[in-house]
Amino acid sequence: MRRRSLVAAGLLLPFGARVLSAAPAPQAITPALVEAARKEGKVTYYTAMDLSVAEPVARAFEAKYPGIKVAVERTGAERLFNRIGQEVGSNIKRVDVANSSDAAHFIVWKRQGWLQPFLTPDMAENLPADQRDPDGAFVNQRTHLSAIAYNTSLVKPEDAPKGFNDLLDPKYVGKLVKGHPGYSGTIMTATHQLSKALGWAWFEKLAKQKVLQVQSATEPPKRIEAGERAVAVDGSDYLFWMAKERGAPIEVVHAVEGTPQISNPMAIFKAAPNPNAARLLVAWIMSAEGQQFIVNLSGQYPAHKLVKAKAGRPALASIKTLPEDPAEVEKSADEIKTRYQRLFKV
Amino acid sequence: MTRDLSRPVLIAVSALLAAMIALPVGWLLVVSLTDKEGGATLANFVALFTDPTFVDPLITTLIIACSVSVICCLVAAPLGWLVARTDMPLARTVRTLVMASLVTPPFVGAIAWEMLAAPNSGLLNQLWRLISGMPPDEALFDIYSLAGLIFVISCYTFPYVFILVANALDRMPGELEDASSMLGARTWQTARRITVPLALPTLLAGALVAFLQALNLFGSPAILAIPAGFHTLTTRIWSLFQFPPKPELAAAASVPLLVLTILLLRAQAMALGRRGYAVLGGKYGSPRPIRLGWLRGPAVALALFVLAMPLFLPYAALFNSAFSRVASRIVTLETITLHNVRFTFLELSSTMPALKNTFLLATASATLGALLALLIAYIVARKAVRGHRVLAFLATAPLAIPGIVLGVGLFLAYTRPPLALYGTLWILLIAFVTIELPAAYQQLGSAFHAVHPELEEAGRMLGATRLRTLADITAPLLRSAVIATWCFIFVATIRELSAAVILFTSETKVLSVLIFDLKESGDVGAIAVLSLSMVAITTIVIAAANRLHVRPQMRPAT
Repeated sequence: MRRRSLVAAGLLLPFGARVLSAAPAPQAITPALVEAARKEGKVTYYTAMDLSVAEPVARAFEAKYPGIKVAVERTGAERLFNRIGQEVGSNIKRVDVANSSDAAHFIVWKRQGWLQPFLTPDMAENLPADQRDPDGAFVNQRTHLSAIAYNTSLVKPEDAPKGFNDLLDPKYVGKLVKGHPGYSGTIMTATHQLSKALGWAWFEKLAKQKVLQVQSATEPPKRIEAGERAVAVDGSDYLFWMAKERGAPIEVVHAVEGTPQISNPMAIFKAAPNPNAARLLVAWIMSAEGQQFIVNLSGQYPAHKLVKAKAGRPALASIKTLPEDPAEVEKSADEIKTRYQRLFKV
Repeated sequence: MTRDLSRPVLIAVSALLAAMIALPVGWLLVVSLTDKEGGATLANFVALFTDPTFVDPLITTLIIACSVSVICCLVAAPLGWLVARTDMPLARTVRTLVMASLVTPPFVGAIAWEMLAAPNSGLLNQLWRLISGMPPDEALFDIYSLAGLIFVISCYTFPYVFILVANALDRMPGELEDASSMLGARTWQTARRITVPLALPTLLAGALVAFLQALNLFGSPAILAIPAGFHTLTTRIWSLFQFPPKPELAAAASVPLLVLTILLLRAQAMALGRRGYAVLGGKYGSPRPIRLGWLRGPAVALALFVLAMPLFLPYAALFNSAFSRVASRIVTLETITLHNVRFTFLELSSTMPALKNTFLLATASATLGALLALLIAYIVARKAVRGHRVLAFLATAPLAIPGIVLGVGLFLAYTRPPLALYGTLWILLIAFVTIELPAAYQQLGSAFHAVHPELEEAGRMLGATRLRTLADITAPLLRSAVIATWCFIFVATIRELSAAVILFTSETKVLSVLIFDLKESGDVGAIAVLSLSMVAITTIVIAAANRLHVRPQMRPAT
């Protein structure tokens, strides 16, 4: 328990960094807001979450508020960031709500004044302080891990790696798959954490293991399930679990060195073309109902106090995780990408 | 009598073409020579040529282009000869199928080959292990390698060489070969001494076409090179557009590609320019097919084996993963599922907008492109106004601009005033029309040569303006050529990825970009469904066009 709060404090530094809070006055979901959202009729939701979760979330919202269509724009967090930057920079008003796995992006957007602070009374009450920006500019939608995993029909449990250093064993040459920090926010965050915990020397050795390099953190789980590689160095853990629960021969490993923990902030853009529908979407996703929906479907760790984590999954507090430091990621992202490319050649 | 509008039309069309080409290329050059503060500099080029993350891709790309070029010739030349000059069974079918394989977008082909030949989960490797008892870690094929990429690019490039070779052999006079055999040469001697030398210039041109294609291709490398751990020039340019975007480096990296393409096109024009001597003067009899004898069986088997690479195997893999939960497993009656189809069409919110955008853009590009090409072809073919040569040059110039380079150029040109078109479908329309104009113009240009000017002159003498004559006399005569051109642009637009991937925004996403986005997250099931839909649309359009095409065509009296 003590460790968890430590981890959380380190993890959500930007959320709780300032003591003086300038959070906006909570705004209740009134029938007038719902009506205004319905008039807009649609909302565009940019996310890095896997489509197998993001699209059902969108459909559930549509069922709750008929008449409002959700357009899901999914790509890796780094590409999302690029896309939004190019669109906003060219004065293209399209993004309503953005949600990604690289918390550093929200620091940038907030600094640029692109974000519209928003809280509902429910969010103000039920989101712990470390799960939201003190100014209400963004909130953590959910938390997941970037875990190691392996295909049990290709690796026997007794031969399975226990942690990241095990992956450097020559027996894993040509058997690993991993995501890329240039495309995936999960991997960017994890690369930063691992470079702190293990040093770049570890990546240098890993690069010699003939790793199958994919882009998004959502792909290694699919590659492992297909049997293309035996072991995933990283990847969104909820997808490993979902595949396993579906009957795929997959086992998740929480590394002895610690597992990278990834927050997934969400924010409304100031220039949102559908501001009311955007508020409604954020309010619903952050409500107990929306959070429960995500937990039931994917088992990611909720931000909402009243929502319990999914049964059958290990409790977050029981896992040794690596601390997240978005402010540091923001400063070193470019360097991380360059170093990574030098080592892995792509 | 209405005033003759030909002069203003010429000026307008020239200005339009010049703007279409000069704007992107101009901005590309300017930006490549500019530093971040806007001062003139060569630093971008210095940075590129001293940086291994750029030099390595350059070398890799040249290796790929050379290999593809050689492989394509080695495959296309014998196949073209078998189809055009021998009594191989199913020759017509083989010819049609090779052309049909061109309908497959190269990036879809690459994804399909991943399903087939990924070292562990690839269906062919699994099959091989089953047959040979090879241990699970060893693979027969590894598509994530330089050789794998070269193979896949060759699969979808050799048809271009094949078409060139087969057409040239069709036209080659039979008399020379007859003479040779009459003088006592045996079949193979004739082939070696007469046919091969006559076909050589075409083959050289084909080699250059293949080289260019491989040099400028983005789709296949984007799918296969990153997992294999290397970049090609085009994927490197694209990666410079990822965050943090470095447009000045992307522009600089585009310049070598542009220069190389222009040089190769010059070389190709020289090679094709010599083609003439094969068909010099007079009318020849149609060539006599060479009897293959007992080799007929093996020959057709070889042809079908070659066709399995771009066609049979990839489509089998696509169908398999469209109806399978996991692409690496063969669908059986028990495991067949509509999950991917349902997901793609009912859940995935980008599907319908992307389909709509694609259809809209393809229709608009085809219509606009065909009209523009028709107008230019007319002016040039009839030497309607002085300066028509400029038009011919401008209309073929985009050929020298690789898709991804054009994408970068258009991005630079239209993200700023006066025409901030980025984020609209217009910028994609401009890109597609520009890319397809050269081929469209060449098709219609040669069609014009078949229409004798007398008919138009009659119209003109009776007082019609040039435009009126064009609309009432020439256009109907060219109907089938125009329809063919329209279809050609339509199909080419649907499969275009390299410019679209630079120019799209989330609202203007097209099908090819959607597939590319899905590839990033590894959603192969949805990719298979979308790719098959894409190919189905294309095939329907071609089939419909063919039906229009077969109607009796009016032939001009000469």
